Amino acid sequence: MGIDSQPLWLTFKLAGITSILLLVIALPIAYWLVFGKFKGRGVVEALIGMPLVLPPSVIGFYLLLAFSPSHWFGAWIEEWLGLRLVFSFPGLVIASILYSLPFMVYPIRAGLQSLPVSLREASYTLGKNEWQTFVQVLLPNCKPAILTAFVLTFAHTVGEFGVVLMIGGNIPGVTKVASVAVYNEVEALNYPAANEYAMVLFAVTFIILLLVYSINNRLLRVRQPA
Amino acid sequence: MEVDFSLAKGHMMALTGPSGAGKTTLLRLIAGLIHPENGRITFNAERWLDSASRVHLPAQKRHIGFVFQDYALFPHMTVHKNLLFALAQNQSAEIVDDLLEATGLSQLADRRPAQLSGGQQQRVALARALVRKPELLLMDEPFAALDPEMRLQLQDLLLKLHRQHNFSIILVTHDIGEIFRLADQVAIMETGKITQFGTPSQVYVADAEPQGLSVYGEVLTCERQGEMLAVNAWIDGKIRRFMIPANLESDMQPGVTFTLNYTANNAEIRIIDH
Repeated sequence: MGIDSQPLWLTFKLAGITSILLLVIALPIAYWLVFGKFKGRGVVEALIGMPLVLPPSVIGFYLLLAFSPSHWFGAWIEEWLGLRLVFSFPGLVIASILYSLPFMVYPIRAGLQSLPVSLREASYTLGKNEWQTFVQVLLPNCKPAILTAFVLTFAHTVGEFGVVLMIGGNIPGVTKVASVAVYNEVEALNYPAANEYAMVLFAVTFIILLLVYSINNRLLRVRQPA
Repeated sequence: MEVDFSLAKGHMMALTGPSGAGKTTLLRLIAGLIHPENGRITFNAERWLDSASRVHLPAQKRHIGFVFQDYALFPHMTVHKNLLFALAQNQSAEIVDDLLEATGLSQLADRRPAQLSGGQQQRVALARALVRKPELLLMDEPFAALDPEMRLQLQDLLLKLHRQHNFSIILVTHDIGEIFRLADQVAIMETGKITQFGTPSQVYVADAEPQGLSVYGEVLTCERQGEMLAVNAWIDGKIRRFMIPANLESDMQPGVTFTLNYTANNAEIRIIDH
């Protein structure tokens, strides 16, 4: 292959780390949205859904402001964790987590909502607390939803462009991911290289989605009553 | 909802009444799955609920078993694992095997709920609810979805387990036969209130005027046997055979429809149609 593979590697590293961290963050959020007793659920849901409708550049712009060392948040992170979030890989991860939040939260929330109430209640009457019920009863019965959420998040992060460009820029090996590399090659009129990056992204994401849907179909078929 | 009743230990109470009367809600209140605005529930001198002093024992800590109308079996676990899941901490797993045996499920222990018939799923739900040795078993229309034969089998099973373990039972049902077969007490609920409470005979029979019995049938065959006639008739979907005086021979010909009225001091056959 004639192209530098680093942007591809960076893309999948970013997508993998983002998806794993986001899964950990999204599970309690989804549980809380479905079963929590609180007011203002609508506000929280709307905020989580914002990345679906806002231009990535808007999110990227505000994150750029917040992450910058002249802003209190950026200054605080830099002071306490020694991390500079603008134009850095950790910054990209945080931005990706925020940007892909609905892709992880919504499918898991839908999966939890689709379970019969009696499953949870049966577990309670069998002496199990909320945590045991969540881990041993609810999650195993949401496997297809969790798989879908994970893969959608992964694929969505692979496809990120605007947010990355705004807060990450284009630093080789640090923030230059494949989607940005495609853009650069096209700007340089280097179409064959752009094509190679694009093809790899296309093929990999297609195979991932194909795998997920076939696994999900099988899982759903097992759950059908005999 | 406004409900006030008490149930003697080890008794079985049927809860019945029209849909929407609040039977399931009452069951869920007793289980601690929902919280009432005001109320008090005590069980063996243990306070489960007392809204006045803000006592609300969670479902996990009430000594109950709950059999849900949809059985609520965990689809991702085998029958065996469904029962193991119910074990309390430090509880020996011996009871799981005992219950599988008692409910005739030992052969099916490695199946998943989706691979079981309705009656088998019902047995799993019942067995699972008994793993923690509850003192009160709450059952929400447990046998409603089963065919009559399976229903009788499971009622027998419930009676057997009830005799062995002597837990109290509150059972929501619409089936009068089931109430008489199983229940020591019956409560009839209407729009959130218990309107009648007592033994099944007190509630259903005591006030009723004796009206006798009247059946409707069609003669299939009629043959003379000495001074009597042996009639085979189609009554209530079955062929019944009975004897009547020979002087009715001219009336009771095949194809004739009749009613047979029976009261304390009289039996009478009335011909409807030749």
